[in-house]
Amino acid sequence: MFRPLDDKGGKAVAIEIEGRSQIVPAASNLAAALLSAGFSPFRTTPAGAAPRQPYCMMGVCFDCLVEIDGLPNRQACLETVREGMHVRRQQGAAAIGEKGKAR
Amino acid sequence: MAERHPTSDFVVIGGGIVGASIAYGLAKSGEKVLLLDEGDVAFRAARGNLGNVWVQGKGATSHAYADLTRNAANRWGGFAAALQEETGIDLHFRRPGAFYICFSEEELERRSGMMASINEHATVRSEFETVGPEELRRRLPEIGPEIAGATYCPDDGTANPLFLLRALIKAAAGFGATYLPRRKVVSLCRDGEGICIETEAGTFHAGRVVLAAGLGNGKLAPQLGMTAPVRPVRGQIMVTEKVRKFLDFGTNFIRQTVEGGCVFGESSEEAGFDEGTTLSVLRETARRAVTAFPLLRDARVVRAWGALRIMTPDGVPVYQQAPGAGNVFLITVHSGVTLAPFHAGEMAVALRQNRLDPDRYLPFSPERFNVQAA
Repeated sequence: MFRPLDDKGGKAVAIEIEGRSQIVPAASNLAAALLSAGFSPFRTTPAGAAPRQPYCMMGVCFDCLVEIDGLPNRQACLETVREGMHVRRQQGAAAIGEKGKAR
Repeated sequence: MAERHPTSDFVVIGGGIVGASIAYGLAKSGEKVLLLDEGDVAFRAARGNLGNVWVQGKGATSHAYADLTRNAANRWGGFAAALQEETGIDLHFRRPGAFYICFSEEELERRSGMMASINEHATVRSEFETVGPEELRRRLPEIGPEIAGATYCPDDGTANPLFLLRALIKAAAGFGATYLPRRKVVSLCRDGEGICIETEAGTFHAGRVVLAAGLGNGKLAPQLGMTAPVRPVRGQIMVTEKVRKFLDFGTNFIRQTVEGGCVFGESSEEAGFDEGTTLSVLRETARRAVTAFPLLRDARVVRAWGALRIMTPDGVPVYQQAPGAGNVFLITVHSGVTLAPFHAGEMAVALRQNRLDPDRYLPFSPERFNVQAA
């Protein structure tokens, strides 16, 4: 569905999406990389568990929230991919504190 | 000013929670009501508050206010259910009771004493418990180790104030009221038997006027020979990202919404009409929130704002009917959420009868501020 406009065979890095390794262009925007990889949905809503995908791609809509390296509610559209980054779907509201897994 | 509207029985000035509650109550009982609101630049306490339906500790200096608050809170459940039926809007009203979190033993002791003293004078019952640190930890497992205890009152609740405001205006309109925003009132004058209301977009005529303009009442009331001693008291509030439910009860300064966001704030500042935020207050508010619930350290704040409370000199509401013609009513309160069932109910009935019973409303008359200092 998505096609990179500047696919000139540059460097690539490996990230992990839901435990599965994925090669993505180095320094690419995380939300764009996830969309290219067919990742869907990014998150489910806290109130109604409805699926969500990136909408604005500029940090405003919060629909691209994912869990990155164990930290919940990260805006994928404001992140750049890094080698070895672990990305998981944000399922509903984030758990915080000792009962959650964050930190 | 070319626009000239037909006379309305009632014109309510102020489209916040207080004005909308009154318009809703009047319209529901068949009155022809016009609700005039300002635009987006108005100081809108209705859109900036925490959403507590709060009983405990209110009325320390006025048992009439304690009773008013308790009766209103007791009616909130039926009130929310009726509004939901009329509008389809769920106000997210919950009444699990609330804890007033105390940071030291002295504070807890002082608080308990104050609550007990209110209960000696109030006639409507409202029980409370003084909860020590161990028991508090049992009831609020995420409470921080530095917290000394809390007072718990089962009569406190929470609601979504934005849904409340929307439901009130929608329901009022459903009962035939007219809601007109961007109609800031510029001047008021008596016009024969009625009142002439000049707004920034048109002139209106009313048989009776209800002044529910919040801080705006300060300037509007004198134009009709009344006084509304009112000043802005700023509160700064933050809201976090939505997190999993950990707080099933209300507290005095942190509320977890049904969706999971935590709304918190407790500051009280004399900042004039500046509704901005300051780093020092937000930092202290966040520090106390994290002391109360250490897990909030992991929750990110997504928005912060300031809002202006509508405060009378003693914090007690002002309700007054104009002397003489008696067709102007002054309503100035800072507890618009808690008292909404009262404003839509008993107050609307009194307005229709054109009579605020002097015995009932004497404790709320602004005359109480005119006593000469001895």
